[in-house]
Amino acid sequence: MQISGAQMVIEALIAEEVETIFGYPGGAIMNVYDEIYKQNSFKHILTRHEQAAVHAAEGYAKASGKVGVAMITSGPGFTNAVTGLADAYMDSIPLVVISGQVPMSLIGTDAFQEIDAVGISRSCTKHNYLVTDASDLGRILKEAFYIAASGRPGPVHVDIPKDVTAQIAEFDYSIEVNLETYKPHTKGNPRQIKKAMEAIAKARRPLFYLGGGVISSNAAYEVRELVQKTGIPAVETFMARGTLAHDDELLISMLGMHGSYAANMAMSETDLVIGLGARFDDRVTGKLSEFAKNAGVIHVDIDPASISKLVNADYPIVGDVKNVVNEMLEHISLVNPSKYSSWRETIHNFGELHPLTYHEDSERIKPQWVIQRVGELLGDSANISTDVGQHQMWSAQFYPFSRPRQWISSGGLGTMGFGFPAAMGVKVASPEKISINFTGDGSILMNCQELMTAVEHKIPVINIILNNNYLGMVRQWQTLFYDKRHSQTDLSAQPDFVKLAEAFGGIGYRVTTKEEFDVALKEAVEKNVVTFIDVVVERLENVMPMVPSGGSLFNMMLLEKKERK
Amino acid sequence: MQEENARRVISVIVVNEASVLSRITDLFSGRGYNITSLTVAPIPESKYSRLTIVTSGSIRVIEQITKQLHKLIPVLKVYEHADLVEKEMALVKFPASENITDIATLCAAYNGKIVNVGENVIITMVADEPKRVDNFLKIIMKYNPKEIVRSGAVALER
Repeated sequence: MQISGAQMVIEALIAEEVETIFGYPGGAIMNVYDEIYKQNSFKHILTRHEQAAVHAAEGYAKASGKVGVAMITSGPGFTNAVTGLADAYMDSIPLVVISGQVPMSLIGTDAFQEIDAVGISRSCTKHNYLVTDASDLGRILKEAFYIAASGRPGPVHVDIPKDVTAQIAEFDYSIEVNLETYKPHTKGNPRQIKKAMEAIAKARRPLFYLGGGVISSNAAYEVRELVQKTGIPAVETFMARGTLAHDDELLISMLGMHGSYAANMAMSETDLVIGLGARFDDRVTGKLSEFAKNAGVIHVDIDPASISKLVNADYPIVGDVKNVVNEMLEHISLVNPSKYSSWRETIHNFGELHPLTYHEDSERIKPQWVIQRVGELLGDSANISTDVGQHQMWSAQFYPFSRPRQWISSGGLGTMGFGFPAAMGVKVASPEKISINFTGDGSILMNCQELMTAVEHKIPVINIILNNNYLGMVRQWQTLFYDKRHSQTDLSAQPDFVKLAEAFGGIGYRVTTKEEFDVALKEAVEKNVVTFIDVVVERLENVMPMVPSGGSLFNMMLLEKKERK
Repeated sequence: MQEENARRVISVIVVNEASVLSRITDLFSGRGYNITSLTVAPIPESKYSRLTIVTSGSIRVIEQITKQLHKLIPVLKVYEHADLVEKEMALVKFPASENITDIATLCAAYNGKIVNVGENVIITMVADEPKRVDNFLKIIMKYNPKEIVRSGAVALER
């Protein structure tokens, strides 16, 4: 059929069964917004900043497993969205981000709100397109959705000049995607998988090392089965939280810079790392030459470039984690779970020696308590988003996760301001769950304008601000590594968060006691309106354990033993 | 074992479309890889172009480069050459006052010749292995070359 470029965008979104998009209009994208006005097939949520639109789309994608969609205008609209693109790229989140561009005739003339958008997004997207003719637009949008969701997922950016959205051309979305140069390898090599299982059977101290790829390939339940049937203990990366249930006896907790003592020691003592969808990030490995020093490595990943990038793999398996794990399960009879009982006991003893905990030795609420308390009260009924900093690490350490896609956080890029808009996207994707955003007094101000979006669209995110009047994580590093010179991290100047929430039409609580916190959380859940719960917490609490940057995993700074009073 | 920072030649077959070259060079600069030389031209009667990239790095780095190149959507194939025929062209401009016979003899030894003689300048070309082109350019320095241009290497697997 002959339709305009703008209509093609709408038709493509409908054909992709998109239910909600997040965006912000402007000059160059107006033709598309005119068509959005005329349609009823999907919902558009107007955020109050383009960065928030992309983060909301990320939250939506992470919670639902579908491709998230954001729409923005040219120039500053696009540059505001770049942080979201970069965030999605680092965490392999499937997005299609559509931006307006100045008309073709003005490209290159330094026109109003012109910027070389594809030039900027090239290094922070999986792929990008500048559409120069409306007759290409259908194919490009179809490819964009396919590329975003397939292989190692990631954001795809489509930049459309204004005259292309006005241009009438033939549109046929039933065409098949035919990309000769892009064929992701999803099925692992069967012989290599069998060899890997034989290596597991031979190992004495094997260890599952689970990464975010397990979540994005929807393989968590298969991995649970594999862990259960092999009896092999497992550590999770930050991105993999929720793969195993918190009460699974074989789950040792998170590893890495702020991983538990037991998880980091297990990784240091193992003789076979079974890496599933993990990428040996520097925050996980610490000093590379000391990482799992005496271990063989099985590495399953859909991205060949992730294999042997940092740690050499003895059994490299390129494939989708879900397919590979299913095939591993076929060889399960090779493995004898009782063989690892003394290894399990060793790890158990590590856990007894230095459990993941904190001291209740202050008048003030401890930040970790807040997270544990929300876990006790809401548990599985909440999805947990976070911003970036100390609160984020405490959330990863202390929340009792019970399922995949319950945990949404900015891992790779570490984007402050991610949490609130992401939690809105999460709520839109799974309205039946309570959407919590654990945040800090630093992070929350980096997208607090989204209160307006949440009020307007009735998205009742509960933001729990762990308020220590500090840019806490940087303050922690300054305390530990910069001789307590707290340069520019004292956030004593801050707004009245209760009034701030109320000014937008949300609700706010300021909480200084545990009793007040329980009341505030209960009310927030009942009132079903966007909420700020401003919790005054111990100012100088540090995230522990900690592997100093570049140090070896087994050299952790640990929680000081509590002195007897 | 390969020495650290060995010189490597990589050929990349890419879809001949807008901004594909930027994708390749952005990847190199973004990830801190070196480019010694880069040539690109369309492959006749196809929608593809062929790039020849001369780079250097450890085995691990070269492996990452080829994998990362493969990850780019418009990249069809990446060859990391082991056994190859490699050629590079150089054009050199000399003052007409220099000894033209000497220059012509030297060029011939490096698979080249004089391609243009003007009132003020002589232009020569050579086409040979990059290392031999290096040699040639060293030798001709005494003839006061005014301008030198190298094409970058192209290569084919044996």
